[in-house]
Amino acid sequence: MKISAEKQKEMLWTMLLSRHFEDELTELCKIEGKIPGMMILSTGQEAVGSGACAALEPEDVIITNHRSHNHLLAKGADPNTLMAEIYCKRTGCNKGKSGTLHLAVPEVNAPCTSTVVGAGPPIAVGRAFAQQYKGEQRVTVCFFGDGAAAEGSVHEAMNLAALWRLPVIFICENNVYAGAQRYEEHAPNPSMADRASAYAMPGEAVDGNDALAVYQAVREARERALAGEGPSLIECRTYRCRGHGEADPQHYQPKEEIRAWKEKCPIPRLRDDLLAQGLITAADVQAMDDRAEALVKEAVRFAEDSPYPSPEEALEDVFA
Amino acid sequence: MQKLGMGQAVNQALREEMHRDPNVFIAGEGVGVSIHLNPMFPTHGLLEEFGPGRVKDTPVSEAAIAGLAVGAAEAGLRPVVEIMFNPFFTLASDMIVNHAAKLRYLSGGKSTFPLVVRMKSGAGFGAGCQHSHNLEAWAAHCPGLKVVMPATAADAKGLLKSAIRDDNPVIFIEHMGLYFAPMPVPENDYLTPIGQAEVKRPGTDVTVVTWSGMLGVAMAAAEKLAQEGVSVEIVDLRTLVPLDKETILTSVAKTGRLVVLHEATRTGGFGGEIAAVVMEEGFNLLKAPLRRVTGPDIPVPASPPLERFYIPDDEQLITAIKEIL
Ligand SMILES: Cc1ncc(C[n+]2csc(CCOP(=O)(O)OP(=O)(O)O)c2C)c(N)n1
Repeated sequence: MKISAEKQKEMLWTMLLSRHFEDELTELCKIEGKIPGMMILSTGQEAVGSGACAALEPEDVIITNHRSHNHLLAKGADPNTLMAEIYCKRTGCNKGKSGTLHLAVPEVNAPCTSTVVGAGPPIAVGRAFAQQYKGEQRVTVCFFGDGAAAEGSVHEAMNLAALWRLPVIFICENNVYAGAQRYEEHAPNPSMADRASAYAMPGEAVDGNDALAVYQAVREARERALAGEGPSLIECRTYRCRGHGEADPQHYQPKEEIRAWKEKCPIPRLRDDLLAQGLITAADVQAMDDRAEALVKEAVRFAEDSPYPSPEEALEDVFA
Repeated sequence: MQKLGMGQAVNQALREEMHRDPNVFIAGEGVGVSIHLNPMFPTHGLLEEFGPGRVKDTPVSEAAIAGLAVGAAEAGLRPVVEIMFNPFFTLASDMIVNHAAKLRYLSGGKSTFPLVVRMKSGAGFGAGCQHSHNLEAWAAHCPGLKVVMPATAADAKGLLKSAIRDDNPVIFIEHMGLYFAPMPVPENDYLTPIGQAEVKRPGTDVTVVTWSGMLGVAMAAAEKLAQEGVSVEIVDLRTLVPLDKETILTSVAKTGRLVVLHEATRTGGFGGEIAAVVMEEGFNLLKAPLRRVTGPDIPVPASPPLERFYIPDDEQLITAIKEIL
């Protein structure tokens, strides 16, 4: 499949934006009391969300998990309101109810970030069912981790989706770790993609640091889903460069392993690919990088300047 | 006396019980190798001491963890499993509610299920409502489960040792806010009985019944009120099931007034149960209507001012006490 220059540039752009956004969060977390709660980043995994979301249309839906910033930015969420929510400010996309962990951005069809591990897939099934029910030519993508794949809910969701041929794409982001447990300590089958055969659906493992490969796999799965052929499982093999949270000393991750994966960083990889294809110039890349940096600075300024919600606002939004 | 955070006290109880009884094992997500390289956390160092045969790191599978406990307990082992946060009780609840709690009864008393499910609870960490949700009333509503919620590190040690030796399923909820404040803990092997409340501060004007993370709030309020000449008696339940009605009623008989204080949301909260017990069995002891001070009926929000609004504080308790004095 030929991937348009525009799409390739879009992927590079959302990866750069995510990286700046999350690098900034790493710095902000070092400042005592600035950002409440846990801070869980997807540094090094950007090819997955950026590649997958580039393969979607705005009306397609994503359901994501605790490692959501890249997924949401790639789906088009506004960095300002996202950052303000991470700061727990009133102007945040969830008015301070969520903080960084359960960011919900329904305006870009990203209605649910669940931090309950394994909860995304069944919800994605429901969202895909609604798409099928209404006769929409739309799909739902669900991002979940290799650790989440151990939850019964993930099996149940895949079984139902396959049975009803729902237009859902399960994307397992295999970043080698679940908490402090290495993949082989929590999953007996070295291939997560293999699982698809149990539900008679297509399953494919792709290089999760190759945005183009992720894009391609998702695009094909989307076409199958729209043709009424039901769900697919795509395992994206990547690596968690930072800890489970910013407070995690990563004592269980071999330093060598982290270094080796950092060398496989998905951002220079796509950049060099685009340069080699002659689709962009070094100056274009610099301009993109500068713009991403400026947008993130602006988002931080917006968040810093925003007020906290007043205490009684805690009582709002419980019922419709 | 040694001073320990509640997590360290739990750690000591686990270590001592594992040495005492080879049937005790622990399991859960990261109970062995944890992202928290932190000696304040409850299972720190146990893998090194007891090995992977008895310290079982599991996949992220709450139903499997709870089921493991049920099956292993029936076979005579004494599992102490960890469900990382109280809200994830929902994922373990079929195994706990429909099986751990009922199988003894279903077997006509032939089988026993000596298992402990430990969970962290409590707001105050900016983590938001999928990590902070106190569900003790759910567990208490389920016959066949004992429910323990210590408020001090010393009680956590003594109660956990009792829970491990108890032949019934015990839900053991630790407030994360208590992990980091060192408190005196006896060094010897002692058991704190399950089902016995304790008067943590004697007083004569009003009884405050509370448990877990709210004991500190009650103590702070009592301290302030003492300066105004009001004498508050604080009853720390320690165990919700079985409920020590006697200690509550004895205290209410002495003071004639009652305020129940808990962090969990109000509607259907365990405070309602205590209110009902006192109305049914101690109505004549009351000189004034009783009061509840609780979290509001909302999920716990992440934003600091909203989260602070959620958590009951000493000023709210003082207001409630003054209303009935
Ligand atoms: C039901 C549930 N159990 C446990 C947790 C605690 N927890 C948060 S993330 C995580 C590991 C998840 O690993 P994985 O799905 O591989 O995602 P990753 O963090 O690697 O992206 C755990 C155990 C949780 N949030 N929800």
